Amino acid sequence: MRAFDYIEIRIPAKPQYVSVIRLTISGMATRVGFSYDQIEDLKIAVSEAVTNVVQHAYNGFEDGEIVIGSALYQHKIEVMISDFGSSFNFEDVKSNIGPYHEHNNIELIREGGLGLFLMETLMDEVRVNNEGGVTVFMTKYVTREQVGEDVGQIST
Amino acid sequence: MNVSVQFRKDGDIIQGFVEGELDTYTASMLREELDSIQLLEGLSIELDLSNVSYMDSTGLGVFVAFYKKVMKQNANLKLVALSSRLTRLFEITGLSELMEVESVKKV
Repeated sequence: MRAFDYIEIRIPAKPQYVSVIRLTISGMATRVGFSYDQIEDLKIAVSEAVTNVVQHAYNGFEDGEIVIGSALYQHKIEVMISDFGSSFNFEDVKSNIGPYHEHNNIELIREGGLGLFLMETLMDEVRVNNEGGVTVFMTKYVTREQVGEDVGQIST
Repeated sequence: MNVSVQFRKDGDIIQGFVEGELDTYTASMLREELDSIQLLEGLSIELDLSNVSYMDSTGLGVFVAFYKKVMKQNANLKLVALSSRLTRLFEITGLSELMEVESVKKV
């Protein structure tokens, strides 16, 4: 028996379908057993990836499609978002992302570029493949109730 | 799926109640609503986000753009009644350090 169930969805690269993917991801994540907050994180990360394709990959070309493939494991989910349009240079984009800093001049505050940053912050693992089109692979693990992530070893 | 903003004006203060999911599809609706505000010096704008059920970077981008526009006119902008989800989004992106952001009041 396979260790995961695979679900694939194909949508037109249009903004009105991003929310449809969000709903679907939410349903799948519930199946896997993610918490409310983790599901909300997943929804944002996947929406960012799909939005990226909708906004950039097709450049107004009408018939673009996005494939969203999800592998549901016992304690994790892997999501692949793929387009067949133009690819972008991941390193270039990556050098331009990150949170805002307080000392930034108001005029210079970016209005975009947070998508990739959010994906990397909200998921456990993000990989991008630029061959042909763009494929984003993201992984998130189910975390159990925790006693703070940074708690070091407690001596007895 | 839509986004709506209900405005209430009281002297130099404009309150806006934003409702809906903010993503790449609805961002332009929000932008249009916010752009309908006539910005005057000294004006205070308070946007209540308690009924925003979802937001990602496209929504943040609209607020950043609007914030810049408001600052340019020497007016004020404050985002209030943010859910814990929204508060988190503003915090991890560093935006809560730049803009005036207020979480929903704890009971």
